[in-house]
Amino acid sequence: MSDIRCAELRFEYPGGVRALDGVNMSIRAGERVAIVGQNGSGKTTLVRHFNGLLRPTSGTVTVGDADSSRTRVAQLAASVALAFQDPDKQIFAGSVESEVAFGARNLGRRGQDLSDAVEGALESVGLGGEKRTNPYDLGYSRRKLLTIASVLAMNTPIVVLDEPTTGQDLRGVRIIEAIVKQLGNDGRTVIAVSHDLRFVAENFERVVVMRQGKIVTDGPPEQVFAEESWPTLRSTNLEPPYAATVGARLGLGSTPTLASVVEALES
Amino acid sequence: MLALERVSYRYPGAPRLALRDFTLTLNDGEVVGVVGASESGKSTLALVCSGLAPRSIGGSLTGRLLVDGDDMQGRPMHEMAAHIGICFQNPTSQLSQVAATVFEEVAFGPLNLGLDRLEVARRTTSALEKLGIGSLAERDPERLSGGQMQLVAVAGLLAMDPRHLVLDEPTAQLDPAGKRLVADSLASLARSGTALLIAEHDTDLLAGLCSRVVVLDTGAIAYEGLTPEVLADERLTEFGIEPPSDVALRREVESAGLHLDLPA
Repeated sequence: MSDIRCAELRFEYPGGVRALDGVNMSIRAGERVAIVGQNGSGKTTLVRHFNGLLRPTSGTVTVGDADSSRTRVAQLAASVALAFQDPDKQIFAGSVESEVAFGARNLGRRGQDLSDAVEGALESVGLGGEKRTNPYDLGYSRRKLLTIASVLAMNTPIVVLDEPTTGQDLRGVRIIEAIVKQLGNDGRTVIAVSHDLRFVAENFERVVVMRQGKIVTDGPPEQVFAEESWPTLRSTNLEPPYAATVGARLGLGSTPTLASVVEALES
Repeated sequence: MLALERVSYRYPGAPRLALRDFTLTLNDGEVVGVVGASESGKSTLALVCSGLAPRSIGGSLTGRLLVDGDDMQGRPMHEMAAHIGICFQNPTSQLSQVAATVFEEVAFGPLNLGLDRLEVARRTTSALEKLGIGSLAERDPERLSGGQMQLVAVAGLLAMDPRHLVLDEPTAQLDPAGKRLVADSLASLARSGTALLIAEHDTDLLAGLCSRVVVLDTGAIAYEGLTPEVLADERLTEFGIEPPSDVALRREVESAGLHLDLPA
């Protein structure tokens, strides 16, 4: 299994916009980690280093034993699969089935093994009945689920989801929550970039908070969403989840999730 | 005033209607929210209200779309665009793709309205400031984060000072502070008399912004009413919509047999 390590990671886009400004972090194999922070704080830029789509301006990113700046994207793809924030930048195939098969085939899967992977991934996002559909005949939210299926079919040890719940209705959010849980149970690493702090608090064991290309706090939801951390959250345009604000108002301690509010009220 | 009278719409080649017998009137200055599961017709409704369906994307429309009392039947797209602005779900679809900077991007709409250059500059600066993105003015719009791009798209609409506005998930990619800035700007537009129709999954946002909410199901109105009542209705989750945070928490607590007594 592969850990991810970033050391003094800096990245500047052409034109001089500094998106990452000295990130030091590591993610252990099997962790469920959410990356949060204000718009433009560097979240997407950071995760795009994990599969080599971006290379550091300085500093290093290693995935397992591989230095991402010296490893080809095709090789990193066997370890890290990333679902884009904007599905339309990822989708290119003429049918749902071939879209999902593309990444898995590139990793060498063929025949029955490939069709099982495609089938399983489509079922898990609720698109099992749409194999022959043109992706652009699906609405935005189902196109987004399709990109997640493509990533699942690759069966990589590390899965990165960029804003997975954006545009999803209740059913879509529940599907994504089930996927995160299942990946966690399988011992695979799940990394999600998200603004949806309810989703983050309810489904991740670790929350990394970014501001202007740096990590400003990093810990379990109970710590990151505790009242003491609210000034830090607000400094990067975030608000604590509603459950946490209720817990604080009622003097229940740190209650980032609905269940933790109920539990605190019961005791 | 923006009114739809018994509007039905079918996409080109589609077997079923995407919008069925839809009737809704928004008075000047009124903000109405539209919620519904994915593919329940929210985006279609936005396309129909803006006139893009069927003018740009084809398909067939029956019923009437009235803007300030005028039937829009047969009016060309550029005329529609002068009356109603639309904010697309995906901000990359909104950008002009011809602007080299965020400032030019936001100025693109008002320039096309034929306004005097000083007025364009004034409106552009003001829209950027309202949304807290003045510091992005010289940046390349193609190299922004998803949320920044969404703010630029909304700024472009504010700069056009639209008579009426339909928005398809305008805050989906925004951080909470960005959401608040967009909500404040929309509320202030409404106070100036603009009617706003907002399709959103974020019921917390709608709770603070809309007077009425319409629930869509397979292209037709399932139910509608005043915002607090619609959003607290038990049926909301059956229609695939996440209730506002306070409603969800209260339900969770009550289903455990407990009571939530929140000090005001």
